[in-house]
Amino acid sequence: MADVVLSRVSKSYGTSPAVIDLDLSIEQGEFVVLLGPTGAGKTTTLRLVAGLELPTTGSVSIGGVDATNLPPSARDVSFVFQQYSLYPHLSVRDNLAFPLKSPGRRMSKSDIARRVEETAELVRIGHKLDNRATQLSGGEMQRVAIGRALVRQPAIYLMDEPLSSLDAKLRADMRLELKRIQRDLGATLLYVTHDQIEAMTMADRIGILSAGRLVQLGTPREIYATPANVYVAARLGQPSINLLPRGLLPDADLPAGTATVGARTEHLDIAAAANGNGNGTVERIEHLGDQSHLHLSVGDRTVVTLATPDTALVAGDAVTIRYRNPLAFDAAGERLQGAA
Amino acid sequence: MAEIRVESLRKEFSGFTAVQNSNFVVEDGEFFVMLGPSGCGKTTTLRMIAGLELPTSGRILLDSEDVTMKRARERDIAFVFQLFALYPHMNVRKNIGFPLLTQGTPRSEIRARVDETARLLRIDHLLDKPVSGLAGGDRQRVALGRAIVRRPKCFLMDEPLGTLDSEFRDLMVHELRDLHDRIAATTVYVTHDQLEAMSMADKIAVMNHGIIEQFGTPQEIYDRPRTMYVADFMGSPPMNFLRFHSGLEAGSASVRVLDAEIAVPEIRDSRAPSDLALGVRPEHVHFDDASRLRGAVVGAEYLGTTQIVSVETSEGLVKARIPASEIVRTGEIVGLALTASRLSLFDRASGDAIVTALYPEARHG
Repeated sequence: MADVVLSRVSKSYGTSPAVIDLDLSIEQGEFVVLLGPTGAGKTTTLRLVAGLELPTTGSVSIGGVDATNLPPSARDVSFVFQQYSLYPHLSVRDNLAFPLKSPGRRMSKSDIARRVEETAELVRIGHKLDNRATQLSGGEMQRVAIGRALVRQPAIYLMDEPLSSLDAKLRADMRLELKRIQRDLGATLLYVTHDQIEAMTMADRIGILSAGRLVQLGTPREIYATPANVYVAARLGQPSINLLPRGLLPDADLPAGTATVGARTEHLDIAAAANGNGNGTVERIEHLGDQSHLHLSVGDRTVVTLATPDTALVAGDAVTIRYRNPLAFDAAGERLQGAA
Repeated sequence: MAEIRVESLRKEFSGFTAVQNSNFVVEDGEFFVMLGPSGCGKTTTLRMIAGLELPTSGRILLDSEDVTMKRARERDIAFVFQLFALYPHMNVRKNIGFPLLTQGTPRSEIRARVDETARLLRIDHLLDKPVSGLAGGDRQRVALGRAIVRRPKCFLMDEPLGTLDSEFRDLMVHELRDLHDRIAATTVYVTHDQLEAMSMADKIAVMNHGIIEQFGTPQEIYDRPRTMYVADFMGSPPMNFLRFHSGLEAGSASVRVLDAEIAVPEIRDSRAPSDLALGVRPEHVHFDDASRLRGAVVGAEYLGTTQIVSVETSEGLVKARIPASEIVRTGEIVGLALTASRLSLFDRASGDAIVTALYPEARHG
């Protein structure tokens, strides 16, 4: 069953459109990530679901109820922002209990205590329940903020870059935690980020936004392996996909109309050239610790791929580069079937 | 251009020691990165080099001149902050030229230096544009331009990319390094992001609780972490630790972890039985049915070209980075083969690396 359905939703501020004709339906228990650069319309979409913005046209339904014109308080959602805002004078316990104590909810004290303790275990903050919110580290504060959203059981959780203010290291840990929590709860989650790793590792489905439009919606593997166009292709993958003009490398088997060839590491065969007669040269190998990037020059272009950990190539080596089922795009940037 | 020498540097705030006792040298023209989590003392160290904080004790030498107690403006440095502030009512040219104007530089020279700086940053086409309409990356370039134009002895940067989109950040990391290669100015750069450090630095200092845990080239720090803290801080995911209890004998080249005999670099240090850890990076773990080191697959994170597979063993969780094309199923029991020449050994009590053929001149402390 779909938990949240956006139908042909548009939102404009004055004459400038922020979201254009968006159709998105999120299934119960699904983790959907909206990915795109600043200004793509991610946060506006989230705020439209929350009721913090009203659509110019179109409708929003939440848990089977038409919520298009409902105020935020009447919608069955909870929201986690980038900047965690806790009540500094309250303990962790009281911060977590706060959403349950609103006058309309009428929960018993013992029910509240039980929910708070369950939630604290879930976000692994149970040992700090009686600390003041101000005595916590950044990661702990963000876990409390996420806990405060989870303590209620709404139709959908909305999260706007909840990890981006954390240290890189903590962010990687929290990514796994959040996915575990979502899976354990069977929670429906709409999550906004500009970090492709967060999208790839947490999402059941990723929606790629560009200038207010949903360009593609699919599983991480679909988006990565069969991007709709060059824009989507460039959003995922490290190093970024190489977008090369047709004819730069031997490309016999490409579909008619191919203008641009998209080649990731797995689309290239690279071998040291016999007697120096290659079609490319190793410019440098960039060691990034867990990965090494191989920078190759081919004609006037640079091609960057992942080097195998035990590569024998060094700067200056001549190499032979061949495509292996690369992606093909037409002159408008749309991907052509037939290749890949 | 300049060499920065930091000697026995210490900083206490009321009841709290932010920097314990730092000693390091940034050589002329080097890109030096101080790396660590928030609260490790990296920004405090940077602010002392800048003259924005005075140390409790110790010395800072800029090109052999003792500047420890000098005011910030008397040190020939440029500071680039995390939140770059531009003058909104001025165009790009005026923003970049402003530091020279305040120094009383002649107009013709300002013009020439701004032109040169803009060319260096590849924003010469924007010189007459107002800064208010610029994209994030261009604003950052203008902020950098304002630092570069003075030709200071060194640059200090405090997480200048921290507020950018991840895509922009990747781009700016490469631009900053390219820029450094062109002007070769001594740079001290503070970040919590190990990938930024690995991508840009000539030398890295990994900091923890006010102490420099390790100082070295990126490759050295990644391949031969001196402590478990460093091993865990570097890499994403970080180094895996397999816990075991054993004695070690110099000259031996294997360890026994539960019932598996695992080849390691030759051990150079005999030890009585104690709590140890075998450290292995995710990219040095492979699946091999013949291995007696076994575990159950508990999950896989898809990353496109590669995937990170988590395997629960009785000695700890092991993450392996393997091609995304290999199919693994949750719950499946797999054997783990480790690349012998790249393994580290640690004393779990002290956290220090044990001397092996991979760690030729390991020192403790």
